Amino acid sequence: MSMAYPFSAIVGQEEMKRALLIAATDSAIGGVMVFGDRGTGKSTAVRALAALLPTMPAVKSCPFHCDPERDIGANPGACGRDCRIAALEIETARPKVVDLPLGATEDRVVGSLDLERALTLGEKHFEPGLLARAHRGFLYIDEVNLLEDHLVDLLLDVAASGENVVEREGLSVRHPARFVLVGSGNPEEGELRPQLLDRFGLSVEVRTPDLLDERVEVMRRRDAYDRDPKAFQSRWCADDAAIRTRIVHARRLIDSVDLPDGVMQSISRLCVAVGADGLRGDLTVMRAARAQAALEGAPVVTDRHVREVAPLALRHRLRRNPLETSGSTARIERAAAELFGE
Amino acid sequence: MNSTPDAISNRADAALTATLFAIDPVGLGGVALRSPPGPARDAWLEGLVRLLAPGAPMRRVPLHIDDSRLLGGLDLAASLNASRPVVQCGLLRELDGGVAILAMAERLEAAGAARFAAVLDSGAVVLERDGLARRDPARLGMVLLDEGAAPEERPPAALLERMAFHLDLRSDGEPQAPGDLYQPADVNAARSRLAEASAPASAIMEALCAAALMMGIVSLRPPLLALRAARAHAALRGGSSITSDDAVVAARLVLAPRALAAPEMDSADPETHQDEPPRESSASDDSSKTADAPSDADMVVKAILAALPEDFLTRVNPPKRDRKPASGSVSGAGAAVSSTRCGRPRGSRSGQPQQGSRLNLVETLRAAAPWQGLRSGADSSVRMRVRREDFRFRRFVQRRQSTTIFVVDASGSTALQRLAEAKGAVELLLAKAYVTRANVALIGFRGARADLLLPPTRSLTRAKNQLAELPGGGGTPLALGIDAAVVLARNEVAKGQTPFLVFLTDGRPNIGRDGAPGRAAAEEDAMAASREVAEAGISAAYLDTSPRAQPGGDRFALAMGAAYAPLPYVDAGAVVSLLSGLRATQAP
Repeated sequence: MSMAYPFSAIVGQEEMKRALLIAATDSAIGGVMVFGDRGTGKSTAVRALAALLPTMPAVKSCPFHCDPERDIGANPGACGRDCRIAALEIETARPKVVDLPLGATEDRVVGSLDLERALTLGEKHFEPGLLARAHRGFLYIDEVNLLEDHLVDLLLDVAASGENVVEREGLSVRHPARFVLVGSGNPEEGELRPQLLDRFGLSVEVRTPDLLDERVEVMRRRDAYDRDPKAFQSRWCADDAAIRTRIVHARRLIDSVDLPDGVMQSISRLCVAVGADGLRGDLTVMRAARAQAALEGAPVVTDRHVREVAPLALRHRLRRNPLETSGSTARIERAAAELFGE
Repeated sequence: MNSTPDAISNRADAALTATLFAIDPVGLGGVALRSPPGPARDAWLEGLVRLLAPGAPMRRVPLHIDDSRLLGGLDLAASLNASRPVVQCGLLRELDGGVAILAMAERLEAAGAARFAAVLDSGAVVLERDGLARRDPARLGMVLLDEGAAPEERPPAALLERMAFHLDLRSDGEPQAPGDLYQPADVNAARSRLAEASAPASAIMEALCAAALMMGIVSLRPPLLALRAARAHAALRGGSSITSDDAVVAARLVLAPRALAAPEMDSADPETHQDEPPRESSASDDSSKTADAPSDADMVVKAILAALPEDFLTRVNPPKRDRKPASGSVSGAGAAVSSTRCGRPRGSRSGQPQQGSRLNLVETLRAAAPWQGLRSGADSSVRMRVRREDFRFRRFVQRRQSTTIFVVDASGSTALQRLAEAKGAVELLLAKAYVTRANVALIGFRGARADLLLPPTRSLTRAKNQLAELPGGGGTPLALGIDAAVVLARNEVAKGQTPFLVFLTDGRPNIGRDGAPGRAAAEEDAMAASREVAEAGISAAYLDTSPRAQPGGDRFALAMGAAYAPLPYVDAGAVVSLLSGLRATQAP
């Protein structure tokens, strides 16, 4: 496998990086949708994430790399053995960023009958699919608007429930599948259904940098990477490690980060002011603000954290008015400015 | 055909493009070759073959290739023989290290383009199909054969973006064959030099970025591709580092064809550099030209601007062109959309073989596999026993998507207000389409033509951009409007969509099909056109916008077999609710 471009070497794109780090800190946030122009490094950033994710304890040689603390007993028999009885060996595993390629068939996504064993031995055996591989990691769908509808529906269902239920080919298997769904797409190539959009916790709009210096820097680094990926990666390795440490700290800290009532109220007021549908908006802003505070090592969530994450968490939840020309981001920022002052 | 906005027309440049691409096919992504089939294109391709690395695979990829052949899948015959799954390599895997030639790329759909784009980006083909999970190297370049005639008929933007060169062979008679200028030995030598290329000078990178920005190129890929082209050019020259000359050539080949705006050429001195194809091995010492001072970047930018092709300015700022009539853009050259694909595959179902159903072999084998132990019994000579009950058939979902085509009278009398109202209705419908995933298109007719103002789309972003400015005024060429609508509707049917026409007009044609004024002839033509709507079996609604209802106002609607509604004041909300009602009874 070719070497990924280091996350810390990505020039600019602060909002996208922030969203991905928040999702890496709190996986319950519900995924990230990245909209953007061509050639802005959407895919590069997501794929770079794999190198950043901290390792985790997992049941040894478990096809689902189950969490020894949470998942035991959740999938008795899915992997062909009973985790509850067997003496568990624990290993350190690295969470995966799984790419869902276009053209993937349903059987590979959810998992299916192991054809080889069925043909040679006549045995019914479940072969885990991409959802199993993505468990406790990230599932990335590039060009999510081009994905077949039935696959999208399936993914959404699993992402929401955290469990993959397979009932096909005489198999009846359940296994945990908690992953952060990351999608990317270009709005010029067709819009996403609102139901789909709403499932994503955060949404990011990526733009091509328009400052010359920044553009030259992107080009310089990309060129250096193209010529010698190995050397380039070792140059940025320390920076990546620093980000990884931040994620580890943030995960440890996040449960103890304090969310004062005053801040909670301003979140609600902000959501009402911009007309975000439903309660999901409030909850997501809250979670994201807390994760952002944890990433900064701050013990208390402040209004500033809320302002930083509000566009991420809300911009795709506003009721769309096709005749309105100003973007959702501008509306949120205006409302935030009124609420918190300049 | 005239030269077009994005063309490298210079004959020598065509040869140089092939040469640079042959040096670094993977890094440069590919060439979008706009040309009708013919000797010019064949000669160019032949030249490219000669220059490619010896042994590099080069294959034509047909437009209708399916996923199992393109990406790979299960080889059924071999699997059955071996009694275990055998992988069949996809075409992309077989082309690793070579060049894929994509025929009729202008007909490629977004989903197909995304598959190629993913492979170009990652240099690997990722397979998650038929119970197989693999990742195989597929580092390749592409040639997009673009036979499009109309300006909108282009290969998908996602692919164009990744092709370093956009070459147009239509303007010149006979392009120079690549082999006339460069020999395979030179190219091979250049290719081996490429590996030891050093970091380019900052001035070069700054200049390419700045030039791209000045030409209105937003994406960051083109300047990066230009840098690689410059490096290939330096290698061809025999140099080890990129000089400003290389950057100038690269900018002309890679950036100029994509330009959206003409850069201001205030102080560019045309005499500092000449627009000539580079010599094979320039003797000039290149290190002296590359220095790090920012002023050098300015110098290179100036040189780039000065070296742009002569007709560059007229191409980028074309004299205000008339919008093309709808009929031109939709009667695309090329094959009718294949009828073998009826809908998207969605799983499979068990059943019995019958006319027209397609067996899903993998699923059938899956169903049969667990029973083999029982079925084989004593006779072990038969490898696989498949019974009737094991048969699984492909299930397709017919995505009968609808396309609502608005045909709006934009003639003088009522034009401006009507057009604004129709715009409102289109935008409201689009907002609905956003939920139901339907398409909307808009045709306006006035004066002596009918224009496709908004091609079928469901992208709010795009629609809003294009709706912003719509012209109005002139006579009423109703027949032309109807004709354009019928052509577009037929095109949509061919794409598997269900078109629905909505006419907004006061029904007083005064310009005929030939564009000549005259009420009687116009009336006759419009009537004939209306009958064609009925003949084509296209559902339609006819909204009469004349201020007062007139006797016989529904005559065109009757001829079309369309639902008729007088609507003296167009109000967007009313149109939308009216149409929802009409559609329920009209549309299939």
